Amino acid sequence: MTQIATEAPRETYSRRSARAYVLSALGPVTVVAGIVWALLQPYRLTFLHPRDQGFWWLLVEPQLLVMLVGALFHFLVVPSLLEDLNEFDEEEP
Amino acid sequence: MPPPEHVHWLFASGFLALGLFLLAEAVVGREVWRKRRWRAYLWPSTMFLMGLGMWPVMAFFTSSTLHMLAHGAWAEVMMLAGAAELGLASGKLRSPLWRLAIVLAFVVTGAALLVHEQNDWFFQRSAFLHHLLGWTFLVAAVFPLGRALRPRSAVFASGFALAFVAVAVMLYSDRDVAPVFGHLSPMAGEPHR
Repeated sequence: MTQIATEAPRETYSRRSARAYVLSALGPVTVVAGIVWALLQPYRLTFLHPRDQGFWWLLVEPQLLVMLVGALFHFLVVPSLLEDLNEFDEEEP
Repeated sequence: MPPPEHVHWLFASGFLALGLFLLAEAVVGREVWRKRRWRAYLWPSTMFLMGLGMWPVMAFFTSSTLHMLAHGAWAEVMMLAGAAELGLASGKLRSPLWRLAIVLAFVVTGAALLVHEQNDWFFQRSAFLHHLLGWTFLVAAVFPLGRALRPRSAVFASGFALAFVAVAVMLYSDRDVAPVFGHLSPMAGEPHR
């Protein structure tokens, strides 16, 4: 009986931490994916060789778009979501 | 006017954002995700705006009637799915059957992709991606369908989110003229680089 009573909270704690950990990793993993892609295909980043490139080629850089989406998600969506997740976890019996 | 590949990359960013929103919702659960009202509206409004953005694509990229019809169909079903989910999130729509709007969007999108690509798989990269995207949407329609029937299922919620991430990867891979696995038809034209 004593063992069950002490093990249960530990299990719950680890599940909750994993959720927060995964959530915090989504944005950075996306940004890293963009960086890795930029390293693998630098020729698709036209701002590195801007000569004779048109407006759209300089504006729309796919690897930068990936990094931008990841960063915006991480800084605009994740903080309040982590707050709510912690609050929810504390409220749960 | 941007080249078509740039338009695909911009839409890829929208799909990536959708994927991240839905993955986050799958991770924390619907209850936590909806603790703030603006978050409940986040992915449906993104979907709606992407549908809205598809109209100029339909109007200005008039290479063929089939292209126009396909882009028009995507615009309609994306706006319908976004609006239905917005209505459900706000409580103005109550029937869970409205969740089938996104299933319809997947099926129509997949079918339109397959119908409007007239070249075979290995003609060039964009032809390959149109076929792959079409079949991905058709097969992945099982996830929004499962999500509609079992809203609390983590498997369907995660599959739904990852389908958008996969679509984003495919759209980012698109080039106007480029080889695919070493294949490039001489009729496709000269690749950029």
